[in-house]
Amino acid sequence: LIEWLTDNPGLMENAVAGSRVLGAGIAMGFGAIGAGVGEGYDAGEAVEKISRQPAVGGELTRTMLVGQAVAETSGIFALVISLMLMFSEPEEPGIEVMGAYLGSGLAMGLGALGTGVGAGIAGGQAASSIGRNPGCRRSVMVTMLLGQGVATTPAVFALLIAMILLFAQQFGLFMGNSIEAAMAALGAGIAMGLGALGPGLGTGQAAGGACDGAGRAATDDARRDVTVMMLLGQAVATTPAVFALLVAVILAFGEQILKLGAEGAGMVESLPTAAAMLAAGIAMGAGSIGPGIGTGMAAASASQGTGLNPETNTVLTRTMLIGGAVAQSTSVYSLVIALLLLFYAV
Amino acid sequence: MELEEAIVRSAALLGAGIAMGFGAIGPGIGEGFAAGKACEGAAMRPEESALLTRTMLIGQAVSESTGIYSLVIALLLIFAV
Repeated sequence: LIEWLTDNPGLMENAVAGSRVLGAGIAMGFGAIGAGVGEGYDAGEAVEKISRQPAVGGELTRTMLVGQAVAETSGIFALVISLMLMFSEPEEPGIEVMGAYLGSGLAMGLGALGTGVGAGIAGGQAASSIGRNPGCRRSVMVTMLLGQGVATTPAVFALLIAMILLFAQQFGLFMGNSIEAAMAALGAGIAMGLGALGPGLGTGQAAGGACDGAGRAATDDARRDVTVMMLLGQAVATTPAVFALLVAVILAFGEQILKLGAEGAGMVESLPTAAAMLAAGIAMGAGSIGPGIGTGMAAASASQGTGLNPETNTVLTRTMLIGGAVAQSTSVYSLVIALLLLFYAV
Repeated sequence: MELEEAIVRSAALLGAGIAMGFGAIGPGIGEGFAAGKACEGAAMRPEESALLTRTMLIGQAVSESTGIYSLVIALLLIFAV
């Protein structure tokens, strides 16, 4: 198939254009899921609380809109990448750039999904918390915005990788027709896209738990403890996304770092290397989903507990960190396997 | 390298990635759920936190097992096939 494409320049151009628009569709299609679900959850929580106490309706509508605006960010990232993919022109059509375009779409589409849902959960819990206790509006809003900001980090990583893959040829990357480099580009997209999904969702859940806890806390000190606990838990939950970013960057610069697509390597010889590149992306990407969500759940409960019962702060920090470290272990295994595939199996 | 050999090797490497990647999802979510419940319990009854941590760790160790199976299979696929 690859020989057939490289022998027919017209066909290759069409195939590249096809992968470009397919990437655009993937970016926007998946990217819309997160923001849609998250903002809907936010609106649902706000409406539920307003139906119980219509007097705070204006307050809650404002909170809902602020939360939704932040949750929208990842959807806008996806829109930007989708539009750029639609209107970009490759400098030199080849199968490597096809992989890069598809990878770019996957990175941004999947990467926006988790963050959209997560930021929406945070917004919804904030609205629910303010509905229960309108007096703590200010501190809940601050916690929500901080938490949503951290929850957006994985989507920013995904945006970065999507941009690198989108403009790869402008940086002189992925110019040729090697199957190894094409799979490395696709793997980079999968690693970062799937890798941002779990941490985005998990950090959002942590922020939601903290908004709930901040609404229940009695004193300013307790509210500060809740925010600190949230940030600590979110830092743990973001770790898998950092691992995924590392693997994605190695894959995106695979031609330089791993010496992929060397001259003279035949199709048969490069097949296992190509498979290893794709496998590294899948291992690290999918391997980040569980630990990201799990550590986020631990952080959410710990933040909520700090708000309910501030004197248990130390015990909760310890339990959360021990539990989070164990839940994190599978993402470390994934990183090890991904690095083995990248550097050893080749 | 023969074509047949290359195909088997490629499939083994791809399989290693899929085994570890998707195998890591379950333990991650499950262990996080256990940690969350332990935190909830410790917030309500801090005096029982040692018992809670112990139970959490035992439960997490069991739920870790499938992640370790994935790791073993992935290592076997990379090194033994």
